[in-house]
Amino acid sequence: MTDTDLVLVQSGDFSVAHEYARLADDPADGAVVTFVGKVRDFNDGSEVTGLTLEHYPGMTEKVLQQIAQEARGRWPLNRLTLIHRVGSLQLGEQIVFIGVSSAHRKAAFDACEFLIDFLKTRAPFWKLEQGQQGRRWIDARDSDAQAAEAWTSAQQSTEHSSLEHSSSEHSSVEKEA
Amino acid sequence: MIKVLFFAQVRELLGTDRIEIPAREGETADSLRQQLAARDDKWARVLGSDKLLVAVNQTLCQWNTQLTDGDEVAFFPPVTGG
Repeated sequence: MTDTDLVLVQSGDFSVAHEYARLADDPADGAVVTFVGKVRDFNDGSEVTGLTLEHYPGMTEKVLQQIAQEARGRWPLNRLTLIHRVGSLQLGEQIVFIGVSSAHRKAAFDACEFLIDFLKTRAPFWKLEQGQQGRRWIDARDSDAQAAEAWTSAQQSTEHSSLEHSSSEHSSVEKEA
Repeated sequence: MIKVLFFAQVRELLGTDRIEIPAREGETADSLRQQLAARDDKWARVLGSDKLLVAVNQTLCQWNTQLTDGDEVAFFPPVTGG
């Protein structure tokens, strides 16, 4: 973890304005992309009144830092912020904040999407939903697994094509893998 | 000893969040799971789920991962954060 990364797991809320200010204060960056995940009022057709987020203390922080490093290995990023809340959350509350800054927008957009896709499939958080029909653990979605898988396949195919282009790129490709 | 942790539905269904069991020679994540599943029907059902994930020392692992004395092993369902 570098001082340009901020990784937090907390029960309290976060301020998007505050986090944006930290991400955006380097004039070298031309792009800041942020994502906020919220508790929504429906899931698979049933009404949701609130949510409890359980996690695996210790492993959670470790995985989030690994995901941040993985994003840094793929895109030229400057600032990076991952905040995930745990505990009881009400309808409409913010759950997760992801933000990155970069010289160019493409890297920032892609890295932000990569971070949420990987967080959703790798970081040990579990949602317990409260609704009018009682409480239930949320099932993992196949579409989330596919979204994360797509990043892995995309990188593999890039590596294959650069291998085909020239042998001089071989060493740098191996370093990435 | 091996520290075994359970999270989310797995923790609720088993009715416990942690146990300690002696380390055995040649133990893997899968043999530990089988040993615990042999306790009774409930443990067999919960730990027999084909969606169950395992982390060893706080890193997601394959089932053939070797365990050693002092390891922390966690069993949990697919993650649903974000």
